[in-house]
Amino acid sequence: MARLDKPQNKNLRRRNIALLVVLAGLVALFYAVTIVKIAGNLG
Amino acid sequence: MSDAALQMRSAVDADAAENQAASPRVSDFVALLKPRVMSLVVFSGLAGLLVAPGEIHPLIATVAIFCIAIGSGASGAINMWYERDIDALMSRTKTRPLPAGRMAPDTAIAFGVTLAVAAVVLMGLIVNWTAGILLAMAEAFYVFVYTVWLKRRTPQNIVIGGAAGAFPPMIGWAAVTGELALLPLLLFAIIFMWTPPHFWALALYRSGDYARAGVPMLPVVAGPKATRRQILLYSLLLVPLTLVPYGLDLAGAVYGIAAAALGAVFLACAVAVQFDHSERAPRRLFAYSILYLFLLLAALVADSLLGLAPAAAAWSLHL
Repeated sequence: MARLDKPQNKNLRRRNIALLVVLAGLVALFYAVTIVKIAGNLG
Repeated sequence: MSDAALQMRSAVDADAAENQAASPRVSDFVALLKPRVMSLVVFSGLAGLLVAPGEIHPLIATVAIFCIAIGSGASGAINMWYERDIDALMSRTKTRPLPAGRMAPDTAIAFGVTLAVAAVVLMGLIVNWTAGILLAMAEAFYVFVYTVWLKRRTPQNIVIGGAAGAFPPMIGWAAVTGELALLPLLLFAIIFMWTPPHFWALALYRSGDYARAGVPMLPVVAGPKATRRQILLYSLLLVPLTLVPYGLDLAGAVYGIAAAALGAVFLACAVAVQFDHSERAPRRLFAYSILYLFLLLAALVADSLLGLAPAAAAWSLHL
């Protein structure tokens, strides 16, 4: 497998962090909707 | 196939030929069915059957679950027949009936194929052909797509191959309704997303075994760091996906609360794998992932039995 040079590595790292942030946001959004719905059901 | 695996296959077959006179025990046939895998397959199939709307005669339901169990076991037997060479190279699998020389390969493949065909025919004739065809697809996917095509070729083997293990809830649902709907498709997607973190957690602490056998599991090919990252990414996709059935009223509050709580623990285990580089964290994630799926499906069934799933039958797909 070819090794990545420094800028490519940096770029890959940025993309990984962006993906992680997007997915964490997705989790937070779905949890928020679920909690609001559960509160509505119980209330 | 690697040279080591080819040599090992010849050695295993030679051993088995020498042992032809010794007949395998019943326990060897049971081991060939992979009973531990079968238990999760049967439970997820049963969950699909129990949450499906409509009625099914208890005897027909029993036949459906029996066929799912036999279909799963048959696929496992054919898998063990095909993988007897690499099983002999791994400490986890070298005591299985074929690599240990307790059973001839011909016996195993005949046993597996007979059961695989019988399970599909029985499901089709006694339950319905939608369930029968889905069972045949699951068996074919596990044997041809996962075992023969992907497992020795790509580190994405268990990502794509994981689809085979995601079929049972759809089969259980189809056994009752004769069709599919959004909920069983979501259950398929949930198990599909659950499979990579589950297997990669195991592969993290068994990578030496896989490397010896020449199986390109992700930790062997891309290393533990990339594997840990992939575990986290798939976990971050899995957990919100498990919340969808509640969000769409396909499941009730029992499931919603369980999915949120169990998912939070799953994420915590996946995050722990990122920071704890010992064997402990992946072992804990692997063990918890099994419990997680059992409890998630149990909550769905509890919801359904309590009548808390308002729109479980929504978006039915006539096949």
